[in-house]
Amino acid sequence: MFAYYLDLALRSLRRNPVLTGLMVLAIGLGIGASMTMLTVLHVMAQDPLPQRSAQLYYPHIDPLPKAYPAHNDWGDPSDNFTWPDAMALLERAGRGAAMAGGNVLVWPVDPDQMPFRLQGHYTTAGFFGLFGLSFEQGHGWSPADDEAHARVVVLSHELAHKLFGEADAVGRMVRLDDSEFQVIGVTADWAPQPMFYADASSKGGFGEADRFFLPLSTAVDLDMGVSGNQASWKEGENGKRSPGLTWLQVWVELKDAAQVRAYRQFLVDYSAQQQRLGRFERPAQNARLYSLMGWLQHEELVPGDVRLQLWLALGFLTVCLTNIIALLLAKFLRRSAEVSVRRALGARRRDIFLQFGIESALIGTLGGALGIAIAQAGLWSVRHRPDAYAAVARMDLSMLALTVVLAVLGSVLAGLLPAWRASRVAPALQLKAL
Amino acid sequence: MQLRPIFSSLRHHKLTATLLVLQVAFTLAIVANASFMVVQRLQRMGTPSGVTEDELSMIRVEGIGKDDNHQARHLADLDALGRLPGVRSAVAIGPSLPFSGNINSYGACPSQEALERAIAASSLDHSGCLSIDTYAGSPGFVRTLGLQLIAGRDFTAGEYVTGDVSAVMLTQAAARRLFPGQEALGRMVYAGKQGSRVVGIVRDVMRPLLRGDGSDHEVMLWPQLPDGDSVTYLLRSAPQHRGRVLAAAAAALQRLDSRRLIPASGQRTFAQLRAHYFQRDRTMVGLLVAAGLGLLFVTVLGISGLANFWVQQRTRTIGIRRAIGATRVDILRYFQAENFLIVGGGVLLGMLLALALNLLLMSRYELPRLPLAYLPVGALALWLLGQLSVLAPALRASRVPPVVATRSV
Repeated sequence: MFAYYLDLALRSLRRNPVLTGLMVLAIGLGIGASMTMLTVLHVMAQDPLPQRSAQLYYPHIDPLPKAYPAHNDWGDPSDNFTWPDAMALLERAGRGAAMAGGNVLVWPVDPDQMPFRLQGHYTTAGFFGLFGLSFEQGHGWSPADDEAHARVVVLSHELAHKLFGEADAVGRMVRLDDSEFQVIGVTADWAPQPMFYADASSKGGFGEADRFFLPLSTAVDLDMGVSGNQASWKEGENGKRSPGLTWLQVWVELKDAAQVRAYRQFLVDYSAQQQRLGRFERPAQNARLYSLMGWLQHEELVPGDVRLQLWLALGFLTVCLTNIIALLLAKFLRRSAEVSVRRALGARRRDIFLQFGIESALIGTLGGALGIAIAQAGLWSVRHRPDAYAAVARMDLSMLALTVVLAVLGSVLAGLLPAWRASRVAPALQLKAL
Repeated sequence: MQLRPIFSSLRHHKLTATLLVLQVAFTLAIVANASFMVVQRLQRMGTPSGVTEDELSMIRVEGIGKDDNHQARHLADLDALGRLPGVRSAVAIGPSLPFSGNINSYGACPSQEALERAIAASSLDHSGCLSIDTYAGSPGFVRTLGLQLIAGRDFTAGEYVTGDVSAVMLTQAAARRLFPGQEALGRMVYAGKQGSRVVGIVRDVMRPLLRGDGSDHEVMLWPQLPDGDSVTYLLRSAPQHRGRVLAAAAAALQRLDSRRLIPASGQRTFAQLRAHYFQRDRTMVGLLVAAGLGLLFVTVLGISGLANFWVQQRTRTIGIRRAIGATRVDILRYFQAENFLIVGGGVLLGMLLALALNLLLMSRYELPRLPLAYLPVGALALWLLGQLSVLAPALRASRVPPVVATRSV
């Protein structure tokens, strides 16, 4: 029966090739545009660290003076930490790390070659275990190295290869800015997207992978350049260690609900204590603890323009589907005579419904296939935008499946009403007209 | 023209007609708002910067040794750059420029007391001070940028220093905000520990980042010499020479000192800087226009497709009408009037939907109110489009011969 209906549908579609083509094109355009934007949003809202994200938390306390503007052109300064606060918060966490992005001049081994600028992170010993980085050679540094402001560095696979080729990198020396560092480890390339742990307010959350990691205390000692948002409200004599300069990010690992509760309480208590000491001016209840995904939401990594584009695409799809419903309705009703003959010969309403349903689904499937092609072209053009997020806009399997489902579902739903209407045609009335 | 037969015929196709009305309504709602957004973005992209954009190019140089004498270095570089063929003037420029996105802003106050009030409150609000962006450079930068002096004088050679400056210039907008109703020239402005005298007023120039809140031109110029490992040189040349001048400048600077970086990303014309700044707006305009055209296309497709079906379906009826005396023009008019009614219904509903959609966008994306003029224009456009797309099927209908009436289907 199914094969017969399929054959009928094909014949019917072939009878009006131009109209069929235009209907398929309309669905294809609507689906293609919607899927392009859904995919962009999907990759921007994805979990950057699926294995570990459930246990990673970002604390938030508010050390700013009362009258400090909450949001400036670069985001909220209280999203970052001062040095003393970061150290106090780490002490209390089982596993955690403080960090800041840095942009340094990397000198090749050959002194005649020109140096180049690369992005990396200054951080504390816990970083590698916390985020689960894997080492190709060597290892990270120890808390003792942090204490000692050791001149050590961990390179990414790519940078190690660029500097030392195939040779062993561990134990070699590399010059960063004006100081020599000993390489103690090489990590496998690691680039979670979005870069949840970076200072999102200044980077937009998507960007190039880090090429090196070195101890935060060492970077502070050498006064190496910081690439994130820095906000200060006190003339600091302690430089980067000033209690009046926010510039660090802090991530902690909390294993279960009890630990989360305890840590949240600790944040409030800490803020209250700092308030008694006269350092904090804002209410201690401002203290918060974000889960990783909650933090990404709070940072609003998805630009308003992209959301607007999604709504535009969905509006477009709505109009396309309305259009398809109207056309299918007109088309099916025009065949009332044919339906009546079939009904008179014994076809049930159900059969008529099924026949037209299959015809709609066929248009939907063709439209879906076209939609996938259009979405791929759309994503290709998105990837050529100069925005940082553009490079990650790729369709994965789940989105591909969703496209097909959306297309078939959309057109079957669109065909539902016309097919139902056609199956209600009163045969006697039509046959009389013959 | 009798409308009653059209209405009674439409009642037979209630569902189809309703769907078409809905489609026209959605299309009008989206297209009206989309065109409004396009106009908004185009206006934003056309914002004049206030500098002579088509004659400027920038080149960034990054030193890699820490112990350089920066000022001597800059003087030698500028001397070489000034000699390049095609270069009208060359200056070292501070970190920010209009549309550069790099902010170098200060709280500026009209008096010592206002400054103290602002410091005591840790806030600029209600203190008479304002957040002002600064542009700085080496001698001649005001002229090289093409800024027009309205009152006062340019900086003297002795006023250019690397630290705190004693003289500043204000844009007209900044002067109005700081000293409302008073003469700003000769007054003191407090933007740091010590005050600086206003020696000149220049015509308005844009901030590094567009704010769109009416404060876009509040800028201060000061004679502070760039003094860091990294410096940007601003070159002014005839528009057609910009590319050649940039390439020659990069080569000349590298020749002067091979131990420094001149990244390709740091060599660009002002036009490129502007294009980069408005790149998202350009993408958005492209998408909005494409979506609008797509919607109109789909709507034309719907109207003409449906009209085609109806003509086929009613061939016999048309034949009968022709047989009992209707002229071709009558048939043509019938289909045109039918289309006019359907699109008219869609347009009325669409205007309401457009306003509703605009309200939604205003609440979510800080969009201004849709000017009402967009609605009749959009309505008229859709009506015309409807008439155009029904024309071919209607003409076909008018050519149905009366003899059809005597045949069976």
